[in-house]
Amino acid sequence: MQPLSINGQTHDVDADPETPLLWILRDHLGMTGTKYGCGKALCGACTVHVDGTPMRSCSLPLAAVAGKSIATIEGLSGDRSHPVQKAWIELDVPQCGYCQSGQIMSAVALLNRTPNPTDAEIDAAMAGNICRCGTYSRIREAIHRAAQSMKPTA
Amino acid sequence: MSARAWTRRDFLDLTARLGGGLILTLTLPACHPKRPTGAIPATGGAANSQVNAWLRIGTDNTITVFVDRSEMGQGVYTALPMLMAEELHVALRDVRVEAAPVGDAYVNQGNGGQVTGTSNSISDAWEKLRMAGASARVLLISAAAAAWGVTAEECHAEAGCVLNAQGNKLTYGELAVAAARLPPPQGIQLKPAAKFTLIGRSVARLDTAGKCDGSAVFGIDVKLPKMLYAALAQPPVLGAKISALDDAAARKMAGVREVLRTPQGVVVIAEHFWQALQARSALQLTWSSTANVGVDNAAIRARLAKAMADSPGLPARAEGDVREALRTAHTTHTARYELPLLAHATMEPMNCTADVTADGCDLYVGTQVQQMAQAAAAEAAGLAADRVRVHTTLLGGGFGRRLEVDFIPAAVVASKAVGAPVKLIWTREDDMTHDYYRPPASIRLDAGLDAAGALVGWRFHTASPSITARFAPSTTDPFDSVVEGAFNFPYAVPNLSVNYTRQEVGIDVGYMRSVSHAINCFAIESFMDEMAAASGASPYEFRARLLANKPRHLRVLEEVATLAQFGSAPPGRHQGLALMEGYTTHIAQVAEISIESGTLKIHKITCVVDCGQMVNPRIVQSQIEGGIVFGLSAALWGEVTIKAGRVQEQNFNTYRVLRSNEMPLIEIKLLDSDAPPGGIGEPSVALVAPALGNALFAATGKRIRALPLTAQKFVKIV
Repeated sequence: MQPLSINGQTHDVDADPETPLLWILRDHLGMTGTKYGCGKALCGACTVHVDGTPMRSCSLPLAAVAGKSIATIEGLSGDRSHPVQKAWIELDVPQCGYCQSGQIMSAVALLNRTPNPTDAEIDAAMAGNICRCGTYSRIREAIHRAAQSMKPTA
Repeated sequence: MSARAWTRRDFLDLTARLGGGLILTLTLPACHPKRPTGAIPATGGAANSQVNAWLRIGTDNTITVFVDRSEMGQGVYTALPMLMAEELHVALRDVRVEAAPVGDAYVNQGNGGQVTGTSNSISDAWEKLRMAGASARVLLISAAAAAWGVTAEECHAEAGCVLNAQGNKLTYGELAVAAARLPPPQGIQLKPAAKFTLIGRSVARLDTAGKCDGSAVFGIDVKLPKMLYAALAQPPVLGAKISALDDAAARKMAGVREVLRTPQGVVVIAEHFWQALQARSALQLTWSSTANVGVDNAAIRARLAKAMADSPGLPARAEGDVREALRTAHTTHTARYELPLLAHATMEPMNCTADVTADGCDLYVGTQVQQMAQAAAAEAAGLAADRVRVHTTLLGGGFGRRLEVDFIPAAVVASKAVGAPVKLIWTREDDMTHDYYRPPASIRLDAGLDAAGALVGWRFHTASPSITARFAPSTTDPFDSVVEGAFNFPYAVPNLSVNYTRQEVGIDVGYMRSVSHAINCFAIESFMDEMAAASGASPYEFRARLLANKPRHLRVLEEVATLAQFGSAPPGRHQGLALMEGYTTHIAQVAEISIESGTLKIHKITCVVDCGQMVNPRIVQSQIEGGIVFGLSAALWGEVTIKAGRVQEQNFNTYRVLRSNEMPLIEIKLLDSDAPPGGIGEPSVALVAPALGNALFAATGKRIRALPLTAQKFVKIV
C-alpha cells in the first residue's frame, strides 16, 4: 500500500510498484482525464505535473513518485476556471480532444515557469505533445491568450 | 442534394411518450434508395428499429438532440444540433447532445449504412435535421394556440417558448405533452438561407468544455462496475494464426483472470490493464507460417508495377481517342508516381468495452459504423443483432480507422467468457502494426501537348489494391473509391482516359482520411505541373486556361493565387500549386518553401475553399487546417515499412507525425457560397503533397514522384 498525493488529496494504492502512474490514475483511481497515447513518452497525452514539473505518466513507475505531489487535469480547477482552460474554451481549441488534457498540462507548466512565452518558447515546450487533429496553431494562440490574462494587473 | 427519394409528408411521423414530453421521430420509409456509386452497404442492424427519435423535449424543458454521426473532432455534435436549433428556435447552448443508437433511420443516405465517413455528415443531415426542428416547432405552436384558443398564425416561437401578441407565453417543456398528441404537421416550409440566424455563424462548439477538464468520455475512458481489462496478442506477421500457446506462466501472474484464444489472437484478462499487458508478455506463442512472410515494400511495388504492365485496366472514364492523340502530339510525356502504405495513427488507440449478460450485450465503443459494430458483437456473442446495444462514445480520432470493427469481437468474447464487463485496449504498438493501411498505388500518367503547348491527351492508369472488395464485398462497382480525384479530372482535354487495375498486395488496406483523393491528386497535380513546365506556361496559367468552363474550380484557383501572391514569392522562396474537387468541395492550395543549407523549410500553406453553404465556419476552418496538418505528416514522413510480413513502425518515434514546432504558417480563406454543403473533413489533406512537390520542383528543378518526401535524397527533411 503506497500513499499517493494527487491534486492535494492522499490516495492509498495497492499495486505493483512498477505500474506506470498513468494506469494507477486511470484504472485504480478512475481519473481518466489523463490519456494513454503511446506508452513510451513520445506523444505527451499522459502529461501530469510531478512537483510542478510536466512528466509523462506512462513512463513513470509508481515507485518513482512516492512522496511527490502529483497534479492532473482533474485538479486544475473545479470549474474550468484556470486561465489556460478558459483560453482553450474561448478559442475552441480541441477537435477530437483526446490529446488536450496533455496539451493543457504542458501549457500550464510552461506558463508557470515562463509567464510570457515567445512563439519559440511555446514550440519548444509543446513539441512533445502530438495532436493528430492539427490544433497546434490554436494551442499557440490560446497559450498567448492565457499568458495575457494571467498577467498581474498594475 | 435536391432530389430526395422521399417527400417530406412521407417521412414525418410522431409518437408521444406520455410523461416524457415530446419525442419527435422521423420515419424514413424510403431511406434505402438505390445506393450511390461506391456505397457502403449496411450489415447487421436491428430489424425492429424503423422508428428513431431525433429530438426529445422534456417536460423539464430539456432539449436533447440525438446525433447519428460519430464525433471524432469534426464537429458533428455541434453542427448537426445547429441545423435542428435553427428551425426549432432554441439557443444552441440549451441543447443537449446524445449519441443515437443503432437504427435504420440513421442510415446515411450518401453511404447506404449508419456510417460517419465520406465527409458527408452535413450534406446528409442538411434537410433531415432542419425538417425535424421545423416540425417540432410547428407542433409546439399548434399546442400553444389550442391552449389559448387562438390561431397558430397569431403565435410565434422564440428561445424555447411560444408567445403571442397578448403576452401569453408557454415553454416548450410545458407544451411538450400536448404537442406530442397532435397529428403530424403538413406542408412544412424550411427557412431560406437569407433568414438563417444560426447556420453560417461561428458559434462555440458544444463539446469543448469536457475536453478541457478531463471529463469527456472516449471509449478508453468507459468505467463499469466490476469491469476487467484485457490485452490482445496478435500475430506479428500479418495474417498468421496461432499454432501453439503456453499460457501457464501468464496465468500465474498477479491479477490475471483468464487467457483465451480467439480468432483475433490471445486475450489476456486481468484486474488492471497493466497486469494484462505484463501477462501478455509472458505468453509463449507460436504462430503459423503464412505466405505473407514474403511481403515487403519492394515486393508490393513490384507487384503493382507488373500488374500495370500486364493489364490496361478497367476503363473508368474515356473521352476522345487518347492513343491517337498521344501518337500525333507534338510532345509526349510519361511519368510513374508511387505512393506508400500509411497508418491512421489516431491518438486514441483502438479499444472496446463489452458487457455480455443474460440481457444481451452492451457495447461501449468509439466507432464510425454502429451497425457493423453491432453485427460484429452479435456474431462474437452468438446473439441476435437486436440484443446488442451500441453506446457510441467520443472518438479520439477516426480518420477512417474506426470504420473497421476488428477490435470489437475479442472484447465481446472476453466479457462473455468471464461474465463481467471487459475493456480491451490495444497498445500503440498493436495499433500501428495491425492497422488497415492506406493502400499503396502505382500510377502511370501519359500526356501529349500540341505545338502551342496545349494539353491534347491525358491518360491516367492506377494499379492499387481495393479497399471496398474486402470492406463491402457485395458492392458491384469495380472502381469503388480507387479512381476518385482521377475520375473527376476537371481540366478541359479532348482526349482522356482513366483506368484502374486492381492488384492485391497480400495485406488488408482500409479507408483513410481523403482516401484515394490523397493518392491520385498527388500524381495528377504533380503531373499537371510537369505539363505546365513542358508547355512553358506558369503552373497557374496552364491550369486556369483549362478551367474556363469550371467556375468553382477557377474561383478557388484565382483566389489562392491572389492570397498567396503566387508567382511573386519573396527572394529565396518557392511556391507550388495544387487544386482539386472532392466531396463536392472545391479547394486550392499553395505551398511556399525555401531550401536553406540543403534543408527543406516549409514557410506557409495557403488554402482557399469553396465548400458550399457552411454551417459553422470556425469548425470548417479547423477541419481544413487539421487536414493540412494531416497531409503534411503524410507527405513528409508517412510510410509503413513491411519486412517479411511484419510492420516495422511501432510507435511515434519511427512513424513520425507533425509536431507543433514543425508547423508552418497556415492561411485559409473560406469563400461564401450558396451551393449545397460539401465535405470539409477530408479534401484539404490531398493537396499538401502535390503543392509541396511542385514547390520543390520550382526550387530545385527536380521532380518528386514518390512519397514520402524523405524518400528523395536531394533535399534534407529535418
